This record gives sequence, C-alpha cells and structure tokens, in this order.
Amino acid sequence: MSAATGPVVWAGSKPFPKAARTQLAKAEQRATLNRVTHQIRRKRAAVVAERDDWEELRRAGEQIKNRVLRHLDTYLEQAERSLVAAGVTVHWASDADHANRIVHALVKETGETEIVKIKSMVTAEIGLNEFLAKRGITAVETDLAELIVQMADDLPSHIVVPAIHRNRREIRDIFAEHMPGVPSTLTDEPRDLAGQARRHLRKKFLRAKVAVSGANFVVAETGTLCIVESEGNGRMCLTLPERLISVVGIEKVISTFADLEVFLQLLPRSSTGERMNPYTSLWTGVTPGDGPADLHVVFLDNGRTQALADPVGRQALRCIRCSACLNSCPVYERTGGHAYGSVYPGPIGAILTPQLRGMDDAVDRALPFASSLCGACYEVCPVRINIPEVLTHLRARAVEHDREHGRHRLERMVFRAVANGFDDDERYARGLSLGLPLAHRLAGRDGIHRLPFAGAGWTQSRDVLQPPSQSFRAWWAEQGLDAFDGEAAR
Amino acid sequence: MRVALFITCVNDAMFPDTGKATVAILRRLGQDVAFPMAQSCCGQPHFNAGYPTEALALLRRFVRAFDGYDVVVSPSASCVSMVHENHTRLAAVTGDAALQADVAALVPRVLELSQLLIDVMGVEDVGAYFPHPVTYHPACHGLRSLGLGDRYPRLLAATEGLSLIDLPDAQECCGFGGTFAVKNADTSSAMVQTKVDNILATGAQVMATSDNSCLLNIAGALVRRTGAMRTMHAAEILATTRASGESWRTSAPALARSSA
Repeated sequence: MSAATGPVVWAGSKPFPKAARTQLAKAEQRATLNRVTHQIRRKRAAVVAERDDWEELRRAGEQIKNRVLRHLDTYLEQAERSLVAAGVTVHWASDADHANRIVHALVKETGETEIVKIKSMVTAEIGLNEFLAKRGITAVETDLAELIVQMADDLPSHIVVPAIHRNRREIRDIFAEHMPGVPSTLTDEPRDLAGQARRHLRKKFLRAKVAVSGANFVVAETGTLCIVESEGNGRMCLTLPERLISVVGIEKVISTFADLEVFLQLLPRSSTGERMNPYTSLWTGVTPGDGPADLHVVFLDNGRTQALADPVGRQALRCIRCSACLNSCPVYERTGGHAYGSVYPGPIGAILTPQLRGMDDAVDRALPFASSLCGACYEVCPVRINIPEVLTHLRARAVEHDREHGRHRLERMVFRAVANGFDDDERYARGLSLGLPLAHRLAGRDGIHRLPFAGAGWTQSRDVLQPPSQSFRAWWAEQGLDAFDGEAAR
Repeated sequence: MRVALFITCVNDAMFPDTGKATVAILRRLGQDVAFPMAQSCCGQPHFNAGYPTEALALLRRFVRAFDGYDVVVSPSASCVSMVHENHTRLAAVTGDAALQADVAALVPRVLELSQLLIDVMGVEDVGAYFPHPVTYHPACHGLRSLGLGDRYPRLLAATEGLSLIDLPDAQECCGFGGTFAVKNADTSSAMVQTKVDNILATGAQVMATSDNSCLLNIAGALVRRTGAMRTMHAAEILATTRASGESWRTSAPALARSSA
C-alpha cells in the first residue's frame, strides 16, 4: 500500500485558490467553458430523462463496482487468469515509474521510435508520453482533442474533452502552426478541422507497429477489455498495429460480461449526452489474422490501494471517468481544469488526486476545499459517488495534516473558540447580547464594504450586511412565549 | 404536536426576523412552538471546514436541546440537511451507542419549515398577502439534499397578490459554501456575480430564498451591485398578511384557536 509516486499533478502546479485566480482572468476561455459545459449538461439531462430506470441503473453501477472493490484481490487474479488464457501477457505495476518502465521496455523491444495512442487518463496520470519522449520514443495522441493539446504543448483540462478550453478558431491556428502540410485555406469549420486531422492521423495509423491504450473496463470472467470512444481513432489503434499495450488501473475490473450492460448505458449518457457512443471496442485476447497478435496488459496501482483502504474515500474508485461531475460543477465551469493542477480535474479530481498522492503537498491539501459543496456532482454521478461526503472527509484529513505539521494555527484556534462558544449557554447568549449591538453600530446601515485579512476575500464582491441589534433569542425572551412549559422544554 | 423551533446560529444572530416569521406562521395556523434556549449551532460550519471533532460537541448539544419534541422545525435548508446527512455519520464515529440511538430517533423529526407546512400540516395557503413580484432562489441543500422540490414555490404561489417570476438557472449554486467564500474568494465571487445577474434579469422587487446563509452572500453582492433589491427568507413573505402586514417583525401574533 503506497501513495502514487508518479506525476498525477503537473510539475509547478499552484494550490487551487491561486491557480483559479489565474484561470478566472481568461475571459475567452471562460466564455468557451460556459458554453460547452452548459451544452453537455442539457444534452445529458435530456437523454437521462428518457430513462425511467435511470436511478436503478445508477444503483446497479454503484453496487457492481462496490462488489468488485470489496473483493478486488480475487477479481484481479481472476482477470489475470482469463487474460493469460486468452493469450495476453499480464504485467503488474506498483507505481507510475514502474508502469512507464514496463511500457518502455515493451516498445524498445520492437525497435519502434513512434507509437500511436488511444486517449487514456491512466497514461496521462503516469506521464507516459514524457517518459518515452526522454528515451527517444514519440507517442502520438490520436484522439482529436488530445492531439490538439499535444500539438500546442498544452495541458488537458477535461477528462473526456481535454481541449475543452480551446475554441475552434484557436484549434485552427494550432493546426496551421503545428501540423505538417496544412493548406493555408484551412477554415475553423469543424468538418474542415476534422478532415485535416484525419489526413494527418491516417498516415500515423498506417505506419504504426505499436499502440498504447487504457481501458474503460476489464471483464474478470472473460479477460475482455473494453474501450468506449467517439471518433474511431481508438478502433484504428486497436486493430492496425502488431503490438498493443493496455495500461489499466486496478479499479477498472468488473466481474462479468453482463455487467457491461449497465455501464454501457450509464457511461455515454453521462459523458457526452448520447444514448450510445459511436465506437465501442471489445477484445478478448488474440484472434489470429484479426488485430494485434501481441497483447499486453499492465495493471497499475499508483495509490489506488491506499484509496481503497479508506472506508469513506474508496467510493472514488467507482469512477468511470464520464466527466458528468465536471460538466455540472459551477466551480469547474468557471475555473476550467488547469486550476486543479492535476490530470484529474473537477469534483472527481478534487477527491481522487489527494487520495492517490496523500496530503504532503499543498496542491493536494487545497483540492478538497475547491468546492461550495452544492452537490450538483453527486446528483449526476452515474455510480453515485457522494463527492460532497468525500470532500468533507478529506478536508478533515487536510486539517489534521496541518495540525500535525503546525500549519494554520490561527484558523484552528478560531474554529475551536467558536465551537466552545456555541457549546456554552452563557457565553453564547452573552456574546450575542453584547456583540450584536456593537456590530450593529459598527456596520451601520450601509454595511461594511471592506474587511481586512481573510475577510478581504468576502468583501471583494460582497458587502457585509448590517447585523440586527437584537438576537432572536433575546426577542423570544422578551416576548415570553414559552410553549409547553414544564412539559418537554428543558 | 409539540413543535420546537431550531433557529440556527446564523439566523439567531443575523436574521432574527426569519425566526419571528416562522413563529408567526405557525401561531396563525394554530400551532404553538417552543424555543429551547439550550440550542446553538448544528455544527455545520465546523464539519464542512474539516473540524468534525468540534462539530461533535455541538451535535451532542443539539440532541440535548431538542430531545422530547415531536417536531423540530427550522427555516434553514442547509442546517436541516447537516442534521440529516451528517449527524448520523458523526455519531457513528464515536462508537457511543446511546448517542447513536438518540440521533437516530431525533433526525427523522427534524424538518425544514416547508416540509412541516406542506407534508405534516397539509397547508399550502398560509393566508399570506404580499402584493409584489418575487423571484425565488432554491438553496442547494434544500434542492439536492432535502429534495424540497417545489414546496416553497407552491407556498409562495398561494400567497395573495404575489407574482412569482422564474429565476434563470435557479438550481445553480450562489457560490457561498461557508469558508469556500473566503478560501476560494475569486471563484466564489465569479459564482455570485452570475447569480446576481440572473436575479436582476427577473425584474422582481424581492428575491426570496429558503436559506439565509445564501442570503448573506447574495444580498451582500446585490447591495454591492445595485443597492436596490429587497431580499427575504420565504418565511418572511409567508408571515405577512393583509390584516396585520409585517407587524410580526415586532411582536408574535396570538395563537390561533383552530388548532391542528
């Protein structure tokens, strides 16, 4: 059981409040994010509303994942046996570096210096592309949005749509600058851009001998891997090369083939707002003459068993990476994904990143606080991850870590003093009867326009309202209304 | 039915009129209400900020204060949802079986005001009179955690003279979130700006909500922007009648005879 030692969080990331300030200032990005997140939200709501059994599906998804996680050791071993029986070589990686070394060795063996990749969160998590690049191997992203991010040397900002922060004019410019042989007549029409990407990628597909993928699901019973995608570029990667290496987080295992029924309904509706995604690839081992003859699966821990050990936090491992929580989040909608500093942005990132990595870094400790706890994420989660519950749980862990390391003493003192005051009849009543008239006069009719220190954050956009001169309890005592005297009231 | 009012700390100190309004509505409907002085805070601020141990002391106080009442009513969706979602959870961690039993018995009796009015007392028209255009912001906890649904809009719509104007993107968070508003002030400010834009776009004279914590945020931002629009807890609208106007703000009305 160990924390992730791999990247997950990008080097140089700032804690959320600071990073968010930078992102919030990008007017064009905010307009794009606002438009796109609201679009996907509406589409999702419409296709979810079509299903009378949506809540049952969510509960089924939750329970299937819970069962697998409860007996993860058993299902992983079963998956390994099934995969090996189907002709797949299985590798186990404890952390990012371990997985990267396995994949590198497998590519190196072939002598290839360029490989194609299917969009995958887990290889972004371990920083595989960067690891391979340092060793002279180019990993070409074939998912359109991932390709845009890669070409612009940008960072992904969304789990499903990594270039969500870019509008089509920017994409046109990125292609024009970085894609060889782009005609000057290229427009920013989606059809035109997709056509250009297709011509560029087709050459890569036809040349590639090695592909790297992740997996949405691995069926323990059959050894089947499943990838769900929209563009068909993944299908190209899965069928054309000779060697296919799939890096898979250990939480991606499901027990039976029939379980796919639930997830293949939940995922597309939650993710892109489609009833069914255009391409769903399923493969079980090697089929001679059909697709890659040389299959590898690398099972990755990288902090997952650490998350699994936390009874409250482990529900985050149910995540099927649909992004519904990102698309519905009022925070994400404004800050975008880069503010989270992690390959896993949004509400799920805020609970997953610190669980994979632990609380030693200020970036991880800030993430559970990057939420107003409005609950929109929990409402849309297809596997019912109670994200607000995990957020408050992780906040307590962050506070505990601060206490152990002597940070934020003043905040702790304030919270303790307030709790003590609330838990003392006399001090509470006296605090109100002395404090309110004073605060009432101090604030005046106009309220307070500017507070110092931590309060400055409040008054940057809000006045402090004038408090009343009398508390409710003082008014009540004055009215002499006590009901049920001598009965229940104590 | 012995009903106790759980005023909440924010209302006790900042919005006493919301408590007075709750008392007025219930007394007019013939329902007497008690106010146990031992109450203070449900522990939500501490729990949400990462201080569950401090919240636990307040949970014990809450149980002590409200034990023995049939219903505990509160005009605050987020505090009621703190009780429903987290008190059981907090009590479970202690391993204190007696406390767990007390909490389990108390939690289902803690209701948000609109739940008491509509679900328990079966009243939708509370006899209110408020001849103004009003828009309503459903607080996140009321909307998603308690599932209050259209209870307040129904109560408001039954108010004589009141015209209810739909708030665009009503279900979106105002950006308060307790310490979030200070720790992530920039993001919170961006959120409340959108909320204020939407509220102003309704052209309503009054903005009502079911949670005054949101009002600290929204009203503070509205004042900063315009200095104009009136903000109230929905209970304050429901307490206002044709016969006695807003006199409930000074003294509680007599307990009506037609007791429930």
